[in-house]
Amino acid sequence: MLQITGLTHSYSDGHVAIDSLDLTVADGELLSIVGPSGCGKSTLLRCIAGLIRPTGGRITLNGAAVDGVPDDLAVVFQDYSRSLFPWLTVRDNVALPLRRRGKSRAERRAAAQEALESVGLPDAGRKYPWQLSGGMQQRVSIARALAYRPSLLLMDEPFGSVDAQTREDLEDLVLQVHRAEKMTILLVTHDIDESVYVGDRVVVLNRSPARVHADLPVTLSADRDQIETRGLPEFVRLRAEVGRLVRGGARIPGAVPAGAAGGILKSDIRHQKGVGPDTMADSESGGTRPTR
Amino acid sequence: MSALRLGRGLIERVWLVAVAVAAWEIVTRRVGETYFPPPSTIVKALREQWFSGPASALFLSDKALDDFSASLAHLFVGWAAAGVAGVALGAAIGRSRVLHDLLDPVLQFLRAVPPPTLVPFFIMVFHIGATMQIVTIAFGVVWPVLLNTSDGVRGVDALQLETARVFGVGRFRRLFQVILPAAAPKIFAGLRVALSFALILMVISELVGSTEGIGSELIGAQRAFELPRMWAGIVMLGILGFLFNALFMLLERRLLRWHAGAKRLAG
Ligand SMILES: Nc1ncnc2c1ncn2[C@@H]1O[C@H](COP(=O)(O)OP(=O)(O)O)[C@@H](O)[C@H]1O
Ligand SMILES: [Mg+2]
Repeated sequence: MLQITGLTHSYSDGHVAIDSLDLTVADGELLSIVGPSGCGKSTLLRCIAGLIRPTGGRITLNGAAVDGVPDDLAVVFQDYSRSLFPWLTVRDNVALPLRRRGKSRAERRAAAQEALESVGLPDAGRKYPWQLSGGMQQRVSIARALAYRPSLLLMDEPFGSVDAQTREDLEDLVLQVHRAEKMTILLVTHDIDESVYVGDRVVVLNRSPARVHADLPVTLSADRDQIETRGLPEFVRLRAEVGRLVRGGARIPGAVPAGAAGGILKSDIRHQKGVGPDTMADSESGGTRPTR
Repeated sequence: MSALRLGRGLIERVWLVAVAVAAWEIVTRRVGETYFPPPSTIVKALREQWFSGPASALFLSDKALDDFSASLAHLFVGWAAAGVAGVALGAAIGRSRVLHDLLDPVLQFLRAVPPPTLVPFFIMVFHIGATMQIVTIAFGVVWPVLLNTSDGVRGVDALQLETARVFGVGRFRRLFQVILPAAAPKIFAGLRVALSFALILMVISELVGSTEGIGSELIGAQRAFELPRMWAGIVMLGILGFLFNALFMLLERRLLRWHAGAKRLAG
């Protein structure tokens, strides 16, 4: 279980990117995080990955405080292109982290090839990253994270550069891997449709500095289909709700305010605009996910 | 087709050299000055001196093998030692802020000392001979490698290091598979400069303190007032410098193909 309490981070230039953010993510959960750009989503993921030491608050993973990069963690960086090594072929880029998994060279290559096939790049292995388009590079960085088989996967706007069709395929791939491998996934996106389609739960962040503005469970069945699911009234309702929340609009019945979903009732609820105790009670009955 | 183009490219590049040599030949013959023998005489001296051997040995004579092997062995041993030491120290300094702040002033000073000024000292310590020559070369050429490596290592993209950390790439492999490759363009630039310095220092060390090698051959010819032989030595050194640089560039281009490719696409 990932538990974040009172997370605060201000950069050395004094800019406050995150301000006392609370969030709990259960094992095996797929959490979508949406929020306006520049609100601190990437900063949040970097803190969880142990790449930034936050200036305040606590992050624990399975009870242990995050201090440095946790084991068994993979990240799909927003800046995917810079995160690929230009001196390695695509296959070696994907295979590089697998050494640690105690696999032989042949096994690593096979696993890399398999991951590349799963993202629709069966023939790219021998090429270099810089010989691929932006969308293909992004898929390579997704393949690298998937081949690693982490127990916690952080994805920072992972489908930003791919075309619509590929994007849908990749969303389904993430859903499928999530189910098969039982990994916990945090997916940052600015696409509201995507956040609902992929997520078990959607967290909406405030405009900078980041705080949890709303936290709502996605009450759709785990089996999702690009055409069918997106046509369901429940999907349409959720999408509208997230959309309004992202725009900082009025409260919609059913949306769970921050903290409630994680089962932590904090006094800082009053920080959240337009969220009063009455909506709290209302939303509690509206179905919060149990945390493990 | 491509052979034709290659030939044309070659002609376009060397015609001026050919014209210059021809002009030099004509002028020197006209003037008849002993200090400036015509190129044909120099080539003849060059052949007598080093290239009278059998075709199987690339026409290299026994004397050439002796002279060259002595000179080049010192050059490469000194250069390689400087390369290894420079990369190792440069990487350590580039990785550690403390080490960098501590050593940078010292390094800047040592680099500023013209290496030939240390030759008398090295002669005192190591006496005339191979060790002294190798030390002179190594000490003189280590700086461009060291400073370029430390520069390159410090300039590695933070995201690449973070990626390595996230994916559990251990310290050892992080150094050899991420940091050094990322710094490789700078390291190679340093090694290339070092190679041309090494040739210079090889000659200097042979001029002052050696009984074998191309440099001592040069000084011997000068003392015997055999100007064509002396000029042959000068031309030979020019050819060697040119060849080394060309070979190194070839190697560099092969190993850093990714860099050229990535840069071309980025730019
Ligand atoms: N290294 C940094 N130094 C100072 N400010 C930063 C740094 N990185 C990000 N920021 C600022 O912090 C805020 C949040 O950034 P980020 O987490 O990247 O937002 P998001 O991913 O939601 O777009 C932005 O205003 C950004 O300008
Ligand atoms: Mg971001």
